Amino acid sequence: MTSLPRDPGPKKLGLVIDLDTCVGCHACALSCKEWNAGGVAAPLPDWDPYGADPEGVWFNRVHAFEAGDGADGRTVHFPRSCLHCDEPACVTVCPTGASYKRQEDGIVLVDEDLCIGCKLCSWACPYGAREYDHDAGVMKKCTLCIDRIYNTNLPEVERVPACVAACPTSARHFGDLGDPESPVARLVAERGGYDLMPEMDYRPVNKYLPPRLKRDDAASATGSAASPGTEPEPEGDGRFLRWLNATLSR
Amino acid sequence: MHPAYSVIFFTTASGMGYGLLILLGVLAQADMLPASRSLGLVSLGIALTAVTFGLLSSMRHLGHPERVLRAYTQWRSSWLSREGVLATMTYVPAGLFAAGWIGFGDVGGIWRFCGLAAAVLAGFTVYSTGMIYATLRPIHAWCNRWVVPTYLSLALFTGALWLHAILLLFGHDTAQAPLVVLLTLLPALYIKWRYWRFIGRTRAASTPETATGLGPIGKVRLLDPPRTQTTYVTREMGYRIARKHAAKLRRHGYVFLFALPFVLTVVAAETASWTAACAAAAAALSGSVGVVVERWLFFAEAKHVVTFYHGAQAA
Repeated sequence: MTSLPRDPGPKKLGLVIDLDTCVGCHACALSCKEWNAGGVAAPLPDWDPYGADPEGVWFNRVHAFEAGDGADGRTVHFPRSCLHCDEPACVTVCPTGASYKRQEDGIVLVDEDLCIGCKLCSWACPYGAREYDHDAGVMKKCTLCIDRIYNTNLPEVERVPACVAACPTSARHFGDLGDPESPVARLVAERGGYDLMPEMDYRPVNKYLPPRLKRDDAASATGSAASPGTEPEPEGDGRFLRWLNATLSR
Repeated sequence: MHPAYSVIFFTTASGMGYGLLILLGVLAQADMLPASRSLGLVSLGIALTAVTFGLLSSMRHLGHPERVLRAYTQWRSSWLSREGVLATMTYVPAGLFAAGWIGFGDVGGIWRFCGLAAAVLAGFTVYSTGMIYATLRPIHAWCNRWVVPTYLSLALFTGALWLHAILLLFGHDTAQAPLVVLLTLLPALYIKWRYWRFIGRTRAASTPETATGLGPIGKVRLLDPPRTQTTYVTREMGYRIARKHAAKLRRHGYVFLFALPFVLTVVAAETASWTAACAAAAAALSGSVGVVVERWLFFAEAKHVVTFYHGAQAA
Protein backbone atom coordinates (compact mmCIF):
# COMPACT_ATOMS: atom_id res chain seq x y z
CA MET A 1 0.00 0.00 0.00
CA THR A 2 1.69 3.18 -1.12
CA SER A 3 -0.75 5.48 0.60
CA LEU A 4 0.96 6.80 3.71
CA PRO A 5 -0.11 5.32 7.05
CA ARG A 6 -3.41 7.01 7.93
CA ASP A 7 -2.58 6.82 11.59
CA PRO A 8 1.20 7.22 11.84
CA GLY A 9 2.50 6.09 15.17
CA PRO A 10 4.37 8.43 17.48
CA LYS A 11 7.65 6.65 16.85
CA LYS A 12 9.91 8.16 14.17
CA LEU A 13 13.23 6.40 14.03
CA GLY A 14 15.96 8.32 12.31
CA LEU A 15 19.45 9.73 12.36
CA VAL A 16 20.93 12.98 13.57
CA ILE A 17 24.12 13.87 11.72
CA ASP A 18 26.51 16.31 13.30
CA LEU A 19 28.24 18.28 10.56
CA ASP A 20 30.49 19.82 13.19
CA THR A 21 32.18 16.59 14.16
CA CYS A 22 32.05 14.67 10.86
CA VAL A 23 35.58 14.43 9.52
CA GLY A 24 34.62 12.88 6.19
CA CYS A 25 36.39 9.57 6.80
CA HIS A 26 33.74 7.57 4.87
CA ALA A 27 33.68 4.88 7.58
CA CYS A 28 29.87 5.18 7.73
CA ALA A 29 29.56 4.72 3.97
CA LEU A 30 31.88 1.70 3.94
CA SER A 31 30.28 0.13 6.97
CA CYS A 32 26.85 0.65 5.39
CA LYS A 33 28.01 -1.02 2.20
CA GLU A 34 29.53 -3.91 4.11
CA TRP A 35 26.49 -4.58 6.30
CA ASN A 36 23.93 -4.18 3.55
CA ALA A 37 25.87 -6.29 1.07
CA GLY A 38 24.88 -9.16 3.34
CA GLY A 39 21.71 -7.77 4.91
CA VAL A 40 18.06 -7.54 3.93
CA ALA A 41 18.78 -5.60 0.70
CA ALA A 42 21.64 -7.90 -0.32
CA PRO A 43 23.46 -8.07 -2.58
CA LEU A 44 24.54 -4.49 -3.15
CA PRO A 45 26.13 -4.93 -6.54
CA ASP A 46 29.27 -3.33 -7.91
CA TRP A 47 30.00 -3.20 -11.61
CA ASP A 48 33.51 -3.17 -13.00
CA PRO A 49 34.84 -2.85 -9.44
CA TYR A 50 38.52 -3.18 -10.37
CA GLY A 51 38.26 -1.65 -13.83
CA ALA A 52 38.51 1.85 -15.20
CA ASP A 53 34.88 2.74 -14.55
CA PRO A 54 33.78 1.21 -11.25
CA GLU A 55 30.25 1.80 -10.08
CA GLY A 56 27.99 0.41 -7.42
CA VAL A 57 24.90 0.77 -5.30
CA TRP A 58 25.51 2.68 -2.06
CA PHE A 59 22.95 3.80 0.50
CA ASN A 60 25.17 6.33 2.18
CA ARG A 61 27.58 8.71 0.47
CA VAL A 62 29.84 11.38 1.95
CA HIS A 63 30.15 14.69 0.10
CA ALA A 64 32.44 17.60 0.94
CA PHE A 65 31.19 21.15 0.52
CA GLU A 66 32.80 24.54 0.89
CA ALA A 67 30.60 27.19 2.43
CA GLY A 68 31.52 30.86 2.55
CA ASP A 69 34.75 32.50 1.42
CA GLY A 70 38.12 33.37 2.83
CA ALA A 71 38.60 33.35 6.59
CA ASP A 72 34.86 32.87 7.07
CA GLY A 73 34.76 29.87 4.78
CA ARG A 74 34.36 26.31 6.00
CA THR A 75 34.88 22.89 4.55
CA VAL A 76 32.00 20.69 5.65
CA HIS A 77 31.89 16.93 5.27
CA PHE A 78 28.37 15.95 4.48
CA PRO A 79 27.06 12.37 4.72
CA ARG A 80 23.82 11.85 2.83
CA SER A 81 21.41 8.92 3.03
CA CYS A 82 17.65 8.32 3.12
CA LEU A 83 15.98 10.81 5.48
CA HIS A 84 12.90 8.58 6.08
CA CYS A 85 10.61 11.55 5.40
CA ASP A 86 7.20 12.01 6.98
CA GLU A 87 5.82 12.95 3.53
CA PRO A 88 7.80 10.63 1.27
CA ALA A 89 6.64 11.17 -2.30
CA CYS A 90 8.88 8.22 -3.25
CA VAL A 91 6.25 6.08 -1.52
CA THR A 92 3.08 7.67 -2.89
CA VAL A 93 4.26 7.66 -6.53
CA CYS A 94 4.98 3.90 -6.43
CA PRO A 95 2.48 2.13 -8.71
CA THR A 96 2.89 -1.33 -7.19
CA GLY A 97 2.92 -0.98 -3.43
CA ALA A 98 6.59 -1.96 -3.27
CA SER A 99 7.55 1.30 -1.54
CA TYR A 100 6.03 1.81 1.84
CA LYS A 101 6.38 3.73 5.08
CA ARG A 102 6.04 1.67 8.22
CA GLN A 103 3.28 2.75 10.59
CA GLU A 104 5.12 1.50 13.68
CA ASP A 105 8.41 3.37 13.35
CA GLY A 106 8.26 5.51 10.19
CA ILE A 107 11.00 3.64 8.32
CA VAL A 108 10.66 3.85 4.51
CA LEU A 109 11.34 0.52 2.81
CA VAL A 110 11.13 -1.22 -0.58
CA ASP A 111 9.60 -4.68 -0.92
CA GLU A 112 11.89 -6.05 -3.62
CA ASP A 113 9.42 -8.81 -4.48
CA LEU A 114 6.83 -6.25 -5.57
CA CYS A 115 9.09 -3.68 -7.27
CA ILE A 116 8.79 -3.54 -11.08
CA GLY A 117 11.85 -1.29 -11.43
CA CYS A 118 10.04 1.71 -12.97
CA LYS A 119 12.45 4.08 -11.14
CA LEU A 120 9.76 6.73 -10.58
CA CYS A 121 10.49 6.73 -6.83
CA SER A 122 14.06 7.79 -7.50
CA TRP A 123 12.77 10.72 -9.56
CA ALA A 124 10.46 11.70 -6.71
CA CYS A 125 13.27 11.82 -4.12
CA PRO A 126 14.94 15.25 -3.84
CA TYR A 127 17.81 13.74 -1.84
CA GLY A 128 19.06 11.05 -4.22
CA ALA A 129 18.54 8.39 -1.59
CA ARG A 130 17.44 5.61 -3.90
CA GLU A 131 19.81 3.72 -6.15
CA TYR A 132 18.76 1.25 -8.81
CA ASP A 133 20.18 -2.27 -8.89
CA HIS A 134 20.12 -3.15 -12.58
CA ASP A 135 21.20 -6.72 -11.87
CA ALA A 136 18.15 -7.39 -9.73
CA GLY A 137 15.94 -4.93 -11.68
CA VAL A 138 14.68 -3.32 -8.47
CA MET A 139 15.20 -0.10 -6.53
CA LYS A 140 17.23 -0.22 -3.34
CA LYS A 141 17.61 2.15 -0.45
CA CYS A 142 18.68 2.62 3.16
CA THR A 143 16.67 0.43 5.51
CA LEU A 144 17.89 2.22 8.64
CA CYS A 145 19.50 -1.20 9.22
CA ILE A 146 16.19 -2.72 10.12
CA ASP A 147 18.02 -6.04 10.34
CA ARG A 148 20.29 -4.65 13.07
CA ILE A 149 18.14 -2.35 15.16
CA TYR A 150 15.56 -5.03 16.00
CA ASN A 151 17.98 -7.95 15.80
CA THR A 152 17.86 -9.77 19.14
CA ASN A 153 20.77 -11.97 18.05
CA LEU A 154 23.01 -8.93 18.41
CA PRO A 155 24.11 -7.57 21.77
CA GLU A 156 21.87 -4.64 22.66
CA VAL A 157 24.68 -2.12 22.24
CA GLU A 158 25.07 -3.13 18.59
CA ARG A 159 21.40 -2.62 17.73
CA VAL A 160 22.05 0.64 15.92
CA PRO A 161 22.49 1.26 12.17
CA ALA A 162 25.90 0.17 10.88
CA CYS A 163 26.82 3.76 9.95
CA VAL A 164 26.20 4.91 13.53
CA ALA A 165 28.20 2.05 15.00
CA ALA A 166 31.11 2.78 12.66
CA CYS A 167 31.43 6.53 13.18
CA PRO A 168 34.72 7.22 14.98
CA THR A 169 33.77 10.78 15.94
CA SER A 170 30.22 10.11 17.15
CA ALA A 171 28.90 12.39 14.44
CA ARG A 172 25.93 10.08 13.83
CA HIS A 173 23.18 9.56 16.38
CA PHE A 174 20.27 7.14 16.12
CA GLY A 175 17.01 7.33 17.99
CA ASP A 176 13.32 8.19 18.12
CA LEU A 177 12.83 11.70 16.77
CA GLY A 178 9.10 11.47 17.42
CA ASP A 179 9.70 11.58 21.17
CA PRO A 180 10.65 15.14 22.17
CA GLU A 181 12.34 13.78 25.31
CA SER A 182 14.59 11.33 23.45
CA PRO A 183 18.33 12.09 23.49
CA VAL A 184 18.35 12.64 19.71
CA ALA A 185 15.38 15.01 19.82
CA ARG A 186 17.00 16.98 22.63
CA LEU A 187 20.25 17.10 20.70
CA VAL A 188 18.34 18.56 17.73
CA ALA A 189 16.66 21.12 20.00
CA GLU A 190 19.93 22.13 21.68
CA ARG A 191 22.03 22.39 18.56
CA GLY A 192 19.47 23.84 16.15
CA GLY A 193 19.15 20.70 14.04
CA TYR A 194 17.51 21.33 10.67
CA ASP A 195 15.85 19.69 7.65
CA LEU A 196 17.47 19.47 4.22
CA MET A 197 15.45 21.33 1.56
CA PRO A 198 12.55 22.18 3.88
CA GLU A 199 10.90 24.00 0.94
CA MET A 200 10.23 20.61 -0.68
CA ASP A 201 7.86 19.88 2.19
CA TYR A 202 8.85 16.20 2.44
CA ARG A 203 9.37 16.72 6.20
CA PRO A 204 12.50 14.60 6.65
CA VAL A 205 12.85 12.74 9.94
CA ASN A 206 16.66 12.76 9.84
CA LYS A 207 18.15 16.04 11.04
CA TYR A 208 21.50 17.72 10.47
CA LEU A 209 23.35 19.65 13.18
CA PRO A 210 25.10 22.75 11.82
CA PRO A 211 28.84 23.27 12.18
CA ARG A 212 29.54 25.26 15.34
CA LEU A 213 30.74 28.83 15.05
CA LYS A 214 34.48 29.28 14.94
CA ARG A 215 36.27 30.33 18.13
CA ASP A 216 36.40 34.04 17.30
CA ASP A 217 32.82 34.15 16.03
CA ALA A 218 31.58 32.25 19.06
CA ALA A 219 33.34 34.65 21.43
CA SER A 220 31.81 37.65 19.73
CA ALA A 221 28.38 36.13 19.20
CA THR A 222 25.93 37.10 21.89
CA GLY A 223 23.64 34.55 23.42
CA SER A 224 25.47 31.62 21.82
CA ALA A 225 25.11 28.68 24.10
CA ALA A 226 27.55 26.45 22.30
CA SER A 227 31.18 26.74 23.26
CA PRO A 228 33.44 25.92 20.36
CA GLY A 229 34.98 22.54 20.06
CA THR A 230 33.22 20.93 22.98
CA GLU A 231 29.98 19.02 23.36
CA PRO A 232 27.18 21.19 24.74
CA GLU A 233 26.63 20.52 28.42
CA PRO A 234 23.35 18.64 28.56
CA GLU A 235 20.91 19.94 31.12
CA GLY A 236 18.75 17.79 33.41
CA ASP A 237 19.41 14.23 32.30
CA GLY A 238 23.09 14.91 31.83
CA ARG A 239 24.15 11.52 33.03
CA PHE A 240 21.84 9.79 30.59
CA LEU A 241 23.18 11.76 27.64
CA ARG A 242 26.74 11.08 28.73
CA TRP A 243 25.88 7.40 29.01
CA LEU A 244 24.34 7.47 25.52
CA ASN A 245 27.36 9.26 24.15
CA ALA A 246 29.66 6.70 25.72
CA THR A 247 27.50 3.85 24.44
CA LEU A 248 27.33 5.15 20.91
CA SER A 249 31.03 5.91 20.93
CA ARG A 250 32.03 2.32 21.70
CA MET B 1 16.78 14.25 -16.57
CA HIS B 2 18.05 11.42 -18.74
CA PRO B 3 15.94 11.32 -21.93
CA ALA B 4 15.11 7.61 -22.16
CA TYR B 5 14.06 6.73 -25.69
CA SER B 6 11.50 4.19 -24.50
CA VAL B 7 9.67 6.84 -22.49
CA ILE B 8 9.94 9.46 -25.25
CA PHE B 9 8.51 7.02 -27.79
CA PHE B 10 5.82 5.96 -25.34
CA THR B 11 4.56 9.45 -24.49
CA THR B 12 4.66 10.75 -28.08
CA ALA B 13 3.21 7.65 -29.80
CA SER B 14 0.53 6.96 -27.22
CA GLY B 15 -0.18 10.69 -26.99
CA MET B 16 -0.84 10.83 -30.71
CA GLY B 17 -2.91 7.62 -30.56
CA TYR B 18 -5.05 8.89 -27.70
CA GLY B 19 -5.43 12.28 -29.39
CA LEU B 20 -6.67 10.54 -32.56
CA LEU B 21 -9.01 8.38 -30.49
CA ILE B 22 -10.43 11.45 -28.73
CA LEU B 23 -11.05 13.22 -32.05
CA LEU B 24 -12.67 10.12 -33.63
CA GLY B 25 -14.95 9.71 -30.60
CA VAL B 26 -15.92 13.37 -30.61
CA LEU B 27 -16.48 13.46 -34.39
CA ALA B 28 -18.68 10.34 -34.16
CA GLN B 29 -20.68 12.11 -31.49
CA ALA B 30 -21.07 15.12 -33.77
CA ASP B 31 -22.18 12.84 -36.63
CA MET B 32 -19.24 14.02 -38.69
CA LEU B 33 -17.56 10.65 -39.18
CA PRO B 34 -18.00 8.74 -42.49
CA ALA B 35 -19.20 5.19 -41.75
CA SER B 36 -16.63 3.73 -44.20
CA ARG B 37 -15.28 0.48 -42.78
CA SER B 38 -11.83 0.83 -44.34
CA LEU B 39 -11.52 4.32 -42.89
CA GLY B 40 -12.46 2.89 -39.49
CA LEU B 41 -9.93 0.11 -39.84
CA VAL B 42 -7.08 2.46 -40.74
CA SER B 43 -7.86 5.33 -38.37
CA LEU B 44 -8.66 3.22 -35.30
CA GLY B 45 -5.91 0.83 -36.35
CA ILE B 46 -3.32 3.61 -36.34
CA ALA B 47 -4.65 5.06 -33.07
CA LEU B 48 -4.67 1.75 -31.19
CA THR B 49 -1.39 0.54 -32.70
CA ALA B 50 0.35 3.77 -31.65
CA VAL B 51 -1.13 3.47 -28.15
CA THR B 52 -0.24 -0.21 -27.82
CA PHE B 53 3.31 0.10 -29.12
CA GLY B 54 3.78 3.11 -26.88
CA LEU B 55 2.62 1.19 -23.82
CA LEU B 56 4.78 -1.81 -24.71
CA SER B 57 7.76 0.49 -25.23
CA SER B 58 7.22 2.03 -21.79
CA MET B 59 7.46 -1.45 -20.32
CA ARG B 60 10.89 -1.90 -21.87
CA HIS B 61 12.47 0.39 -19.31
CA LEU B 62 11.06 -1.64 -16.40
CA GLY B 63 13.36 -3.88 -14.39
CA HIS B 64 10.60 -6.48 -14.01
CA PRO B 65 8.10 -6.15 -16.89
CA GLU B 66 6.58 -9.50 -15.91
CA ARG B 67 5.30 -7.96 -12.69
CA VAL B 68 3.51 -5.14 -14.54
CA LEU B 69 0.06 -6.23 -13.34
CA ARG B 70 1.14 -5.07 -9.87
CA ALA B 71 1.04 -1.53 -11.22
CA TYR B 72 -2.76 -1.63 -11.30
CA THR B 73 -3.00 -1.80 -7.52
CA GLN B 74 -1.99 1.64 -6.24
CA TRP B 75 -4.40 3.90 -8.12
CA ARG B 76 -5.42 5.55 -4.85
CA SER B 77 -2.07 7.29 -4.50
CA SER B 78 -0.01 6.91 -7.69
CA TRP B 79 -0.58 8.73 -10.99
CA LEU B 80 1.52 6.08 -12.75
CA SER B 81 -0.86 3.42 -11.49
CA ARG B 82 -3.87 5.53 -12.53
CA GLU B 83 -2.35 5.92 -16.00
CA GLY B 84 -2.04 2.14 -16.27
CA VAL B 85 -5.61 1.53 -15.11
CA LEU B 86 -7.07 4.20 -17.43
CA ALA B 87 -4.97 3.07 -20.41
CA THR B 88 -6.28 -0.46 -19.98
CA MET B 89 -9.89 0.65 -19.41
CA THR B 90 -9.76 2.71 -22.61
CA TYR B 91 -9.35 -0.49 -24.67
CA VAL B 92 -12.86 -1.69 -23.74
CA PRO B 93 -15.00 1.11 -25.27
CA ALA B 94 -12.37 1.64 -28.00
CA GLY B 95 -12.63 -2.03 -28.93
CA LEU B 96 -16.44 -1.86 -29.02
CA PHE B 97 -16.28 1.35 -31.07
CA ALA B 98 -13.95 -0.45 -33.49
CA ALA B 99 -16.29 -3.47 -33.59
CA GLY B 100 -19.23 -1.27 -34.53
CA TRP B 101 -17.37 0.79 -37.07
CA ILE B 102 -15.23 -1.90 -38.71
CA GLY B 103 -17.51 -4.90 -38.09
CA PHE B 104 -20.90 -3.36 -38.81
CA GLY B 105 -20.00 -0.17 -40.66
CA ASP B 106 -21.99 1.75 -38.05
CA VAL B 107 -20.79 4.74 -36.04
CA GLY B 108 -24.21 5.65 -34.63
CA GLY B 109 -26.35 4.42 -31.75
CA ILE B 110 -24.60 2.41 -29.07
CA TRP B 111 -21.32 2.46 -31.04
CA ARG B 112 -21.31 6.22 -30.94
CA PHE B 113 -21.62 6.10 -27.16
CA CYS B 114 -18.66 3.68 -27.03
CA GLY B 115 -16.63 6.15 -29.11
CA LEU B 116 -17.42 8.92 -26.66
CA ALA B 117 -16.52 6.75 -23.67
CA ALA B 118 -13.20 5.85 -25.35
CA ALA B 119 -12.55 9.56 -26.00
CA VAL B 120 -13.20 10.47 -22.35
CA LEU B 121 -11.01 7.66 -21.00
CA ALA B 122 -8.26 8.49 -23.51
CA GLY B 123 -8.36 12.09 -22.33
CA PHE B 124 -8.01 11.04 -18.71
CA THR B 125 -5.14 8.70 -19.63
CA VAL B 126 -3.17 11.56 -21.21
CA TYR B 127 -4.07 13.73 -18.21
CA SER B 128 -2.61 11.05 -15.90
CA THR B 129 0.58 10.90 -17.96
CA GLY B 130 0.96 14.65 -17.54
CA MET B 131 0.22 14.43 -13.82
CA ILE B 132 3.01 11.86 -13.30
CA TYR B 133 5.44 14.62 -14.27
CA ALA B 134 3.52 17.60 -12.91
CA THR B 135 3.52 16.17 -9.37
CA LEU B 136 7.28 15.57 -9.15
CA ARG B 137 8.30 18.48 -6.89
CA PRO B 138 12.08 17.92 -7.21
CA ILE B 139 11.90 18.85 -10.92
CA HIS B 140 11.01 22.50 -11.44
CA ALA B 141 10.65 22.15 -15.22
CA TRP B 142 7.96 19.49 -14.70
CA CYS B 143 6.18 20.51 -11.53
CA ASN B 144 4.30 23.47 -12.99
CA ARG B 145 0.92 24.29 -14.44
CA TRP B 146 2.05 24.17 -18.08
CA VAL B 147 2.96 20.47 -18.16
CA VAL B 148 -0.47 18.82 -18.14
CA PRO B 149 -1.85 21.27 -20.75
CA THR B 150 1.26 20.55 -22.87
CA TYR B 151 0.62 16.81 -22.82
CA LEU B 152 -3.10 17.22 -23.56
CA SER B 153 -2.76 19.85 -26.28
CA LEU B 154 0.07 18.05 -28.09
CA ALA B 155 -1.83 14.75 -27.97
CA LEU B 156 -4.84 16.42 -29.59
CA PHE B 157 -2.76 18.34 -32.12
CA THR B 158 -0.66 15.39 -33.30
CA GLY B 159 -3.83 13.26 -33.38
CA ALA B 160 -5.52 15.93 -35.52
CA LEU B 161 -2.60 15.96 -37.97
CA TRP B 162 -2.90 12.21 -38.48
CA LEU B 163 -6.70 12.36 -38.69
CA HIS B 164 -6.46 14.97 -41.45
CA ALA B 165 -3.95 12.87 -43.37
CA ILE B 166 -6.01 9.68 -43.04
CA LEU B 167 -9.22 11.39 -44.14
CA LEU B 168 -7.54 12.81 -47.23
CA LEU B 169 -5.85 9.50 -48.08
CA PHE B 170 -9.34 7.96 -48.07
CA GLY B 171 -10.69 10.73 -50.24
CA HIS B 172 -12.76 12.44 -47.56
CA ASP B 173 -11.89 16.01 -48.42
CA THR B 174 -13.75 18.01 -45.79
CA ALA B 175 -13.40 21.64 -44.83
CA GLN B 176 -13.63 20.73 -41.14
CA ALA B 177 -10.52 18.53 -40.90
CA PRO B 178 -7.93 21.27 -41.60
CA LEU B 179 -9.94 23.51 -39.27
CA VAL B 180 -9.59 20.92 -36.49
CA VAL B 181 -5.82 20.87 -37.14
CA LEU B 182 -5.53 24.64 -36.89
CA LEU B 183 -7.82 24.82 -33.84
CA THR B 184 -5.65 22.30 -31.99
CA LEU B 185 -2.40 23.87 -33.23
CA LEU B 186 -3.07 27.26 -31.67
CA PRO B 187 -3.45 26.16 -28.01
CA ALA B 188 -0.56 23.70 -28.36
CA LEU B 189 1.72 26.43 -29.71
CA TYR B 190 0.65 28.95 -27.07
CA ILE B 191 1.10 26.47 -24.20
CA LYS B 192 4.50 25.27 -25.41
CA TRP B 193 5.66 28.86 -25.85
CA ARG B 194 4.48 29.72 -22.32
CA TYR B 195 6.14 26.55 -20.98
CA TRP B 196 9.52 27.45 -22.47
CA ARG B 197 9.17 31.03 -21.28
CA PHE B 198 8.30 29.75 -17.79
CA ILE B 199 11.31 27.43 -17.45
CA GLY B 200 13.55 30.11 -18.97
CA ARG B 201 12.53 32.77 -16.47
CA THR B 202 12.05 30.85 -13.23
CA ARG B 203 14.22 28.63 -11.07
CA ALA B 204 13.58 25.99 -8.45
CA ALA B 205 13.15 27.39 -4.94
CA SER B 206 15.89 25.01 -3.79
CA THR B 207 19.58 25.96 -3.96
CA PRO B 208 22.86 24.36 -2.86
CA GLU B 209 22.37 26.37 0.35
CA THR B 210 18.97 24.86 1.17
CA ALA B 211 20.11 21.40 0.04
CA THR B 212 22.94 21.41 2.57
CA GLY B 213 21.54 23.86 5.13
CA LEU B 214 24.93 25.60 5.06
CA GLY B 215 23.55 28.88 3.68
CA PRO B 216 24.08 30.76 6.98
CA ILE B 217 27.85 30.26 6.55
CA GLY B 218 27.90 31.57 2.99
CA LYS B 219 27.75 30.51 -0.63
CA VAL B 220 27.91 26.71 -0.94
CA ARG B 221 30.09 24.89 -3.49
CA LEU B 222 30.76 21.20 -3.94
CA LEU B 223 34.37 20.45 -3.06
CA ASP B 224 34.47 16.70 -3.40
CA PRO B 225 31.75 14.48 -4.84
CA PRO B 226 30.98 11.21 -3.05
CA ARG B 227 32.09 9.08 -5.97
CA THR B 228 34.93 8.68 -8.43
CA GLN B 229 32.79 7.70 -11.44
CA THR B 230 29.17 8.22 -12.38
CA THR B 231 26.40 6.70 -10.30
CA TYR B 232 22.81 5.73 -11.04
CA VAL B 233 21.68 9.06 -9.62
CA THR B 234 24.11 11.22 -11.61
CA ARG B 235 23.28 9.43 -14.86
CA GLU B 236 19.50 9.34 -14.37
CA MET B 237 19.03 12.76 -12.79
CA GLY B 238 22.15 14.64 -13.82
CA TYR B 239 21.72 14.72 -17.60
CA ARG B 240 23.04 18.00 -18.94
CA ILE B 241 22.42 19.64 -22.27
CA ALA B 242 24.34 22.68 -23.43
CA ARG B 243 22.21 25.81 -23.53
CA LYS B 244 23.08 26.51 -27.17
CA HIS B 245 22.03 23.01 -28.23
CA ALA B 246 18.77 23.38 -26.32
CA ALA B 247 18.05 26.70 -28.06
CA LYS B 248 18.78 25.14 -31.45
CA LEU B 249 16.58 22.14 -30.72
CA ARG B 250 13.77 24.41 -29.54
CA ARG B 251 13.90 26.17 -32.90
CA HIS B 252 13.76 22.78 -34.63
CA GLY B 253 10.84 21.90 -32.38
CA TYR B 254 8.94 25.03 -33.40
CA VAL B 255 9.64 24.40 -37.09
CA PHE B 256 8.81 20.68 -37.27
CA LEU B 257 6.02 20.69 -34.71
CA PHE B 258 4.22 23.91 -35.63
CA ALA B 259 5.51 25.87 -38.65
CA LEU B 260 5.80 23.09 -41.25
CA PRO B 261 2.53 21.36 -40.26
CA PHE B 262 0.77 24.74 -40.42
CA VAL B 263 2.03 25.50 -43.92
CA LEU B 264 1.42 21.95 -45.17
CA THR B 265 -2.09 21.86 -43.70
CA VAL B 266 -2.95 25.11 -45.46
CA VAL B 267 -1.52 23.65 -48.68
CA ALA B 268 -3.64 20.53 -48.18
CA ALA B 269 -6.75 22.62 -47.60
CA GLU B 270 -6.14 24.69 -50.72
CA THR B 271 -5.34 21.81 -53.06
CA ALA B 272 -7.15 18.62 -53.98
CA SER B 273 -6.76 14.85 -54.33
CA TRP B 274 -3.20 13.45 -54.12
CA THR B 275 -1.44 16.77 -53.66
CA ALA B 276 -3.63 17.49 -50.66
CA ALA B 277 -3.21 13.99 -49.26
CA CYS B 278 0.59 14.14 -49.62
CA ALA B 279 0.74 17.57 -47.99
CA ALA B 280 -1.37 16.37 -45.04
CA ALA B 281 0.72 13.22 -44.66
CA ALA B 282 3.90 15.32 -44.71
CA ALA B 283 2.34 17.58 -42.06
CA ALA B 284 1.62 14.55 -39.87
CA LEU B 285 5.17 13.20 -40.27
CA SER B 286 6.71 16.61 -39.57
CA GLY B 287 4.53 17.02 -36.47
CA SER B 288 5.55 13.58 -35.23
CA VAL B 289 9.24 14.42 -35.65
CA GLY B 290 8.62 17.73 -33.92
CA VAL B 291 6.87 16.18 -30.95
CA VAL B 292 9.77 13.74 -30.46
CA VAL B 293 12.17 16.71 -30.41
CA GLU B 294 9.84 18.49 -27.96
CA ARG B 295 9.63 15.44 -25.68
CA TRP B 296 13.39 14.85 -25.80
CA LEU B 297 13.89 18.44 -24.67
CA PHE B 298 11.20 18.03 -22.00
CA PHE B 299 13.51 15.48 -20.38
CA ALA B 300 16.92 16.87 -21.30
CA GLU B 301 16.15 20.42 -20.14
CA ALA B 302 14.63 19.31 -16.82
CA LYS B 303 16.98 19.62 -13.87
CA HIS B 304 16.52 17.65 -10.68
CA VAL B 305 17.33 19.24 -7.31
CA VAL B 306 19.47 16.23 -6.39
CA THR B 307 22.11 17.70 -8.73
CA PHE B 308 22.84 20.25 -5.96
CA TYR B 309 24.58 17.41 -4.15
CA HIS B 310 26.73 16.81 -7.21
CA GLY B 311 27.86 20.32 -8.05
CA ALA B 312 24.92 22.07 -9.74
CA GLN B 313 24.31 25.68 -8.75
CA ALA B 314 20.74 26.08 -10.03
CA ALA B 315 17.86 23.83 -11.05
